[in-house]
Amino acid sequence: MKVLFFILEKEFRQIFRNKAMLPIIFVIPVVQLMILSFAVDYEIKNLKLTVVDADRGVYSRKLTEKFTASGYFHLLEYTSDNEEAANLMHGWKTDVILVIPNGFDKDLMNDEVPLVQLRMDAVDGTKAGMAAGYSQAIIRDFIFELVGEEMISMNKQPEFLYKGEVIPINYYNPYMNYKVYMVPGILAILVTMVGAFLSSMNIVREKELGTIEQINVTPIARYQFILGKTIPFWVIGLFEFSIGLVVARLVFDIHVEGSLFVLYFFTSIYLFLILGFGLLISTVTATQQQAMFISWFFLVIFLLMGGLFTPVENMPDWAQKFTYVNPVRFFIEVLRGIMLKGAGFTDLLNQFMLISGYAILLIWFAVRRYKKVDN
Amino acid sequence: MIRVENISHSYGEVQALRDISFEVKKGQIFGLIGPDGAGKTTLIRILTTLILADQGTAFIDGMEVQKEYKKIRSQIGYMPGRFSLYEDLSILENLNLFAAIFGTTLDENYHLIEDIYKQIEPFKHRRAGQLSGGMKQKLALSCAMIHAPNVIFLDEPTTGVDPVSRKEFWQMLKTLKERGITILVSTPYMDEAAMCSEVALIHDGQFLDIDTPEKIISKYKPLLYRAKSSKNNALLKEIRNSGWTKSAYLNGEFVHFTVEDLNDVNKIRVFIQKQEIEIMEFKEVNPSIEDCFMDLMHSPTE
Repeated sequence: MKVLFFILEKEFRQIFRNKAMLPIIFVIPVVQLMILSFAVDYEIKNLKLTVVDADRGVYSRKLTEKFTASGYFHLLEYTSDNEEAANLMHGWKTDVILVIPNGFDKDLMNDEVPLVQLRMDAVDGTKAGMAAGYSQAIIRDFIFELVGEEMISMNKQPEFLYKGEVIPINYYNPYMNYKVYMVPGILAILVTMVGAFLSSMNIVREKELGTIEQINVTPIARYQFILGKTIPFWVIGLFEFSIGLVVARLVFDIHVEGSLFVLYFFTSIYLFLILGFGLLISTVTATQQQAMFISWFFLVIFLLMGGLFTPVENMPDWAQKFTYVNPVRFFIEVLRGIMLKGAGFTDLLNQFMLISGYAILLIWFAVRRYKKVDN
Repeated sequence: MIRVENISHSYGEVQALRDISFEVKKGQIFGLIGPDGAGKTTLIRILTTLILADQGTAFIDGMEVQKEYKKIRSQIGYMPGRFSLYEDLSILENLNLFAAIFGTTLDENYHLIEDIYKQIEPFKHRRAGQLSGGMKQKLALSCAMIHAPNVIFLDEPTTGVDPVSRKEFWQMLKTLKERGITILVSTPYMDEAAMCSEVALIHDGQFLDIDTPEKIISKYKPLLYRAKSSKNNALLKEIRNSGWTKSAYLNGEFVHFTVEDLNDVNKIRVFIQKQEIEIMEFKEVNPSIEDCFMDLMHSPTE
């Protein structure tokens, strides 16, 4: 026990004396939380719209007005030249082309189904998807209003008005505020990154500097050494997480709906998992450079497939299956659950089993892999 | 105190140690002398339980290195070839840490390291990374001694240290020896052999000879001459070209060469004079350990 205390003392001293490590620990998380949360916003405004109006009728003008009035689109060009519009898209000038064919007015008057064409620049898939969604909603609204007016003026009951429309209500995040949605996820990413990087660089650093040579001939036990390496980063990880929570509260006004105790309980276990992962990398690599690359390799996959940037449900089947071994996915679920929905421990039992299971497995591997003797 | 039996070790294709056996008695300074890559570090790392030998076995104070490594670790001191203490901790913090790991304290064993530690104590709050080579070496030896080991292993402790500190260091080893501590030390400096009770000349994973330094020198057979010129490299080349020497090599500011009998010496002298190389010195000398090493290296089997 006394030995462990001395090793912990040594580790903390070294961490606080490392001029490069301190900024990583304190400044970077706060800065990233602020930048990422403000920058990652899926609402897209000011899409550049080109309208190719071959009809030049009343309704085609009305439809164009409806697009610009929505606030999502900015009318770049109003033309009847299809070629010109195509060139604009090719030259990155326009995002969306709305083609209104000749005879649009007439078709509407004659109760025919009018056809319009939408063309998106799909180089940025997310943007194209959003643009398509907005456009469809606008066109649907337009037809809805138009048909409604007409029916009323003809003193007819517009039948489909009674068919009802689906009006979604967003629970737990009523205004679909992306910050509410992003902040817990980014918090999870920060805890993961700081924990994994710091711990994966640690034992390997002793290998690189040669100091492990001196430690290995001492009677120090493996568990003492590994614990001495783990506990400081566990404490730092929890500290970082707390900073993140304070920032979430003060800057983004996100309150933790659920119990703080459950939140910290999960974070503690998750940190053991991440530290075990880092230690495992540290024991199988020989230099800090190798450790850095291997951690990056795994972290990029874990983070991108963690459900923050692309919902897990949108992934192909094989990728969804893969996320079952992705701890980041479960931690994001846990944080969103507790912070936004007020989920309790029993709601998160599955995640608890998975996270603690992986934690035990990784630490066990790391201790097994760390040998004081080599061949 | 140390008994090594038929140890062999290889790294892949490279054979680092070939069937090494020897014994070191208590209270001796045993010198492991040989050039870089001879296998010195590998042997020390096997004895300090850091690597497992492919074949053979070794005992430290009666304990087998593979089976009883835990007990061995608490009773030996080790100073690796590369400075391996924490450079971002101070002298005092390093000492306290290693004392604690071995379950003791600096106060308790202060007397053991006093002679060495006293010299660096005025700087005890300085970080180890900011110490000079000689001070690092003293700190490393203090840390290796803090738990009162019976045996200490020093891997090239004097490499990269200035001549004055080297001398001081050997003086410290002598003091430890007088206290009954067994010391196994490796060095590439042949002149340090004289300070050892017994030396093993190691080359290419094999012991060329193992004996007291005096006996190794007394076993030297050929006639050894040294010559000096303003152009030693040209001189060495011509001595070799003459064809009457067994071996010739540079040794400090001289060229050393060996001959079978006196006639050959004269022939060589005449030969060199013909080449118009000015000779500043030309005389017979007593062999040093380095000359013995060169001789043994060139005579394959004995």
